[in-house]
Amino acid sequence: MREFLEGSRAIAEIVKRCKPGVISAYPITPQTHIVEELAQFVADGELKSQFVNVESEHSAASVVLGGVAAGVRSYTATSSQGLFYMMEVLFNIAGLRLPLVMTCANRAVSAPINIWNDHQDSISLRDSGWIQLFAEDIQEAADFHVLGYKLSEDHSIMLPVMVCMDGFILTHGIETVDMPVQEDVDKFLPAYRPLYKLDPAKPVTMGVLADPECYMETRYAIQETMKKVLDKIPVLTGEFSRVFGRAYNGLVEQYHTKDADRVIVAMGSVCGTVKEVVDELRAKGKKVGLLKITAYRPFPAQKVFDALKDIPKVAVLDRSLSLGSYAPVASEIKAVFCGKKKGPKVISSFIAGLGGRDITKDSVRQIFSLLTSKEVSCEFIDLKPELLKEKYE
Amino acid sequence: MSKNLFASGHTACAGCGQSLGARLVIDAAGPNTIVVNNTGCLEVFSTKYPETAWEVPWIHSLFENAAAVASGVESALKFMGTKDTINVIAQAGDGGTADIGLQALSGMLERNHDILYVCYDNEAYMNTGIQRSGLTPFDTNTTTSPIGSQSLGNIRPKKPLPEIAAAHGVPYVATASVAFPNDVQRKVKKALSIKGAKYLQIHVPCPLGWRHESGATIQVAKAAFETGLYPLVEFEFGKVVAVRQIQPKPVEEYLKLQGRFKHLMNNPEEIKKIQAIADANIEKYGLKA
Repeated sequence: MREFLEGSRAIAEIVKRCKPGVISAYPITPQTHIVEELAQFVADGELKSQFVNVESEHSAASVVLGGVAAGVRSYTATSSQGLFYMMEVLFNIAGLRLPLVMTCANRAVSAPINIWNDHQDSISLRDSGWIQLFAEDIQEAADFHVLGYKLSEDHSIMLPVMVCMDGFILTHGIETVDMPVQEDVDKFLPAYRPLYKLDPAKPVTMGVLADPECYMETRYAIQETMKKVLDKIPVLTGEFSRVFGRAYNGLVEQYHTKDADRVIVAMGSVCGTVKEVVDELRAKGKKVGLLKITAYRPFPAQKVFDALKDIPKVAVLDRSLSLGSYAPVASEIKAVFCGKKKGPKVISSFIAGLGGRDITKDSVRQIFSLLTSKEVSCEFIDLKPELLKEKYE
Repeated sequence: MSKNLFASGHTACAGCGQSLGARLVIDAAGPNTIVVNNTGCLEVFSTKYPETAWEVPWIHSLFENAAAVASGVESALKFMGTKDTINVIAQAGDGGTADIGLQALSGMLERNHDILYVCYDNEAYMNTGIQRSGLTPFDTNTTTSPIGSQSLGNIRPKKPLPEIAAAHGVPYVATASVAFPNDVQRKVKKALSIKGAKYLQIHVPCPLGWRHESGATIQVAKAAFETGLYPLVEFEFGKVVAVRQIQPKPVEEYLKLQGRFKHLMNNPEEIKKIQAIADANIEKYGLKA
């Protein structure tokens, strides 16, 4: 049913339809609207969940860990500092092979404190063993939660899923969203069937000490499963489109890349802006395109290779940094083509939109204009030179 | 007698007070129990893959989050409607409880989850090599509160954790000692018969960390109780409802048994300070029979 909804409301509505039995969260902007809505659903009896108000994000992640370990579908959401405070628990959830879905309302990281959007929080958790899906719009963000539970709980996967949606831009933005009806969600996402759980009728020990004789195999197993996820996502998006009528690739999306000579690679809501600029430049006869990365973990290297192998010039737009090195997404794209015969002549890397600075159509046009035969690395867009002159005296 | 729910064959040191305490607790709780364990000696010596000592469902996540993970387990059981038939126990050492785990514990107590939290108090970080914790006693020689020309050991008395727990107004808080196994098990059973959040702190000597003979564990624990340095108290809804009384012995009777206090043996001034801690306990709780 098509509704005009705030992003957070859409997420709360879709989480309600996924019927988690345990919800736990700690408030942090811009995640708050999501969990406030869920708390209201529980207060109104519309959602039969245990809503656990905790004293920190560390405990929020720990509560949902305990909930799913006991055999009940669970949910949490956070952002920025909250995600970092959860960090060791998030690694632990993946290592324990517990299926979960969490929403990360992407926000910059302190200091300086800043509540606005970039991708530094999620990107910094890329090695945690969580599957990370970046949403372009509210529709995708909502749909990825349903898809996320199905993927995470698949007995051949058993890894947690982080749905990454741009803070404010998507969480507080309002769009028309085709909200899945409960019957369709139930059809696509059956009740959680644990592979293992804490049950006195069948005791198991979870979270054992693994010494050098066996630790490495547990990490290898996750790495192998991540490869399986790359095959699983298209299968599930196919199933998803049959039930809900919306088709996703789920790994990457190619927008006018087939005949392009210049392509921007990006993730998240900025892809909408890039698409508009692509349309405008195409109308003027420019052969430009966009490659949207949806799955950042696992990274769909083969899909990226196939999409970009014949593109002469590629610009990678990062909304985060790996301070002191290449930008995170740019280094992945470069790694895909390292040692390959085919591939772009130029892979230039641009940084934009940190701490909520708007990436406008002009910013995108500038990236296209700077994408020349001279390769650049970590080129900052929309910097204010006057601020760089300030000195501490 | 049914089988032990905490099986033999684990790798605890000889004379380990914590392993004894853990066995008493789980055997009193029975098989319909889910255990959530913080990181620490108990987790390490009982669950090294591919072995486990636990005959009940058991999970270890991290050092500081057993109270929060248990809150999730309890919430899941409530959601499924099975909470009334299954006990949830969270357990940890003193560092995992009084220091790094205090926030999660406070949250669990404040929310009044139907969980028994057990702190095995051996008064230092033994798993990492005898570093001082918030529950290390005054003047204790540990690896991070070492004695030296400028130091007589740990500079502060134990954090009053049972009182902190009781101040949350939860239905039941108690201290116990492995010197009195029946009392430990009585308190576990009592705690599990009460709905809501419960906190039980058990004094568990560590022969390695306290430097006493491995056969002296019970004797040392008993001496702590008899001197008034480890009062055995029960609180209900924040109020003291019972104490186990003593004929107080001088604190030297306890201190002299352990290498961690050896440096005090020729220092009557310092022993006076420790006696004053014991006397304050005796006064506060009316321990004297």
